[in-house]
Amino acid sequence: MPEQAGDASLVRRSLVAFGRFWWDFLVGDTPELFVGMLVVVGVVVLLVHLGARDAAIGVAPALVIALLVGSSLRGRQGA
Amino acid sequence: MSSASIVLAVAVFLASAVEMVEALTIVAAVGVTRGWRSALEGVGVAIVVLAVLVAALGPALVHFVPLGALRIVIGAVLLVFGLQWLRKAVLRASGYKAKHDEDAIFAKQVSLLSAEGPEPQRRARDTTAFTVAFKGVFLEGLEVVIIVLTLGSTAHNLGLAAVAAGAAVVVVGGIGAVVARQLAGVPENALKTAVGLMLVSFGTFWSGEGLGIHWPGSDLTIPVLVGLYGLATWLLVAGLRRSRTRTAEASLA
Repeated sequence: MPEQAGDASLVRRSLVAFGRFWWDFLVGDTPELFVGMLVVVGVVVLLVHLGARDAAIGVAPALVIALLVGSSLRGRQGA
Repeated sequence: MSSASIVLAVAVFLASAVEMVEALTIVAAVGVTRGWRSALEGVGVAIVVLAVLVAALGPALVHFVPLGALRIVIGAVLLVFGLQWLRKAVLRASGYKAKHDEDAIFAKQVSLLSAEGPEPQRRARDTTAFTVAFKGVFLEGLEVVIIVLTLGSTAHNLGLAAVAAGAAVVVVGGIGAVVARQLAGVPENALKTAVGLMLVSFGTFWSGEGLGIHWPGSDLTIPVLVGLYGLATWLLVAGLRRSRTRTAEASLA
């Protein structure tokens, strides 16, 4: 029994460490970039769904640039 | 070789080179302070563990995950990861964030390791040196592994990505062996900017393709995106520098 509890605890700790690694890796101290990426993906999905694939070709890079500018300005304020 | 393959190889090579410089700073500090034998053993074990990770996870990603889903997820991850690199490089280039100072990191590691106490007997393994060198190479290398796996598997060219990463390890390792303690001379921020631009370009291209965008010129879009994002980054850095100068002048007046 104590061995099983030890195994479960090890699995839980490993899962927490795995989750924390990806959280730090993708979100970290720039959550706006993660949220912004979801927005970019969402807008492209919407445009493709509406049949505006050509518009998505220009909109996706424009949104990415806007995201970089916005996040850098936020970083400047924190500096 | 297609333009996408060239950009892939360059992106992986530069990303690996940047991470290698950071790892090398730690290893050099360990080697100089505690002796090279245990430091190099730590490096060797870390490289083997990282290679096993690539060998185990790479083929699984390529063979078992549908390409469309792989491109959306990995494209999105690359987009975030690349933007993080690019943002940091922009803030450093415009003076809002201190540049990565390898000399300062080296000095800090040396003082920390010196405080650890004397080196063990000649033949015994120095656990501190081994652990610090292993952690330095493993943690910096983990980012390289993620870049190799994501870029390599999405482009279905894991071999090329692994070779490019290996080449960077050899080149930076060779240069490091010669210059040892002069890593501050490496233009790290410029490299970081180049890698950030490529990761963001690949991220946009693949997530877009996975979501149903048909890019004009197919793979040729990638260098175009690199140029477009490069121009935007250059303008952003110039604007931020001007704003910083104006703020400094206003505070002096």
